[in-house]
Amino acid sequence: MSEYISHDHEHDGIDRRGFLKCMAWAGTGLLWTISGGVLTSKTLAQIAKAGAPLTATDLAFLQISDSHIGFSKDANKDVTETFKIALDRINAMPTPPSFLIHTGDITQLSKPEEFDTFDQLLKSCRTKDVFFVPGEHDVLNDGGKLYRERYLKNVEGKGSGWYSFNKNGVHFIGLVNVLDLQAGGLGQLGDEQLEWLESDVKGLGSSTPIVVFAHIPLWAVYPQWGWGTSDSERALGYLKRFGSVTVLNGHIHQVLQKVEGNVTFHTAMSTAFPQPAPGTAASPGPMKVPAEKLRSLLGLTNVEYKQGRTALAVVDSNLS
Amino acid sequence: MKDADGTTAKQNKIEIKDFAFTPQTLTVKSGETVTWINRDEEPHTVVSVEKQFKKSTALDTDQKFTITAGAPGTYTYFCSVHPKMTGTIVVVKS
Repeated sequence: MSEYISHDHEHDGIDRRGFLKCMAWAGTGLLWTISGGVLTSKTLAQIAKAGAPLTATDLAFLQISDSHIGFSKDANKDVTETFKIALDRINAMPTPPSFLIHTGDITQLSKPEEFDTFDQLLKSCRTKDVFFVPGEHDVLNDGGKLYRERYLKNVEGKGSGWYSFNKNGVHFIGLVNVLDLQAGGLGQLGDEQLEWLESDVKGLGSSTPIVVFAHIPLWAVYPQWGWGTSDSERALGYLKRFGSVTVLNGHIHQVLQKVEGNVTFHTAMSTAFPQPAPGTAASPGPMKVPAEKLRSLLGLTNVEYKQGRTALAVVDSNLS
Repeated sequence: MKDADGTTAKQNKIEIKDFAFTPQTLTVKSGETVTWINRDEEPHTVVSVEKQFKKSTALDTDQKFTITAGAPGTYTYFCSVHPKMTGTIVVVKS
């Protein structure tokens, strides 16, 4: 592989090929990010030590996912405890994130008491602004009615609960791909939502950074296990012209990342229990690990946008 | 449930395990019952593709769902939470 920089779009001394070469060294699931031209990886603990507050024009938010409140089996007998640890980590950050995005599976069985417990726990978080998309576990019995009544209060939810909003010039789109699923199929967005998406981004300048979040991955992570969305290509087609698109998903309870042109796909860890890597087990169910290892496989994702840069910096950290 | 000669009708079982219905195809007689039992740590549902029987609620581990097999025919179903999971019940004349 050439050692020369051939395309330096960001003018930061790193080109995409060099970045991907360094990505191949990462291996551990800890994401390396570009910051000021230097490849770095950070844990939330290290961010806490550094202590540098963000400038006013920057944007930092946090992705949290798959809390599965109500789950209590071998893989984790106390998901409320690990969720609390995650919130404590957020509260310990020198600059708390501006807002949180929860990418779904808030609860295990869509029960009102599970949603109540989640809401109660969330109150302890210093960051009060939270945006949600549902997971399949949140819409089990009522097509998502109870979920929508609770979690769309700060947005203009359409249809089964999709919406968009802007923060600091970044356009955020929450999509729902866990309803009206077809036999033998994957996640699905549906025509109505896709038509809304097309019109939602139509008037935006192509340099507007876009962040899309949905529960099931919007790329074909592992279709055999249902880890993909059958009509996501149509959605991505509407976003093709944008210079920076970041796709944040949950559902698979592990960090996976893919870069395709201007689109960065990222899946987050759960705060409840890990799941096996694609194809490494009989099925994608909860994975039991030794007790001392559990928290290293659960975690959060910090996402930062800095004015003047195209790609957002996405940093995963675990709860150990 | 009893059939014409007074003996108890057969109770058929389908196990839900490792995100699959086992057996994936089950042949039963009209009037017999079919019971699904969830052995996974994930909830699953049983939903008739052609709405030929009422859908189950979300079944947690060890929960069951029972239907009575109706008219002869092929009844395909799936799990609405994990739609890759599909199964078929073939109902024959009793």
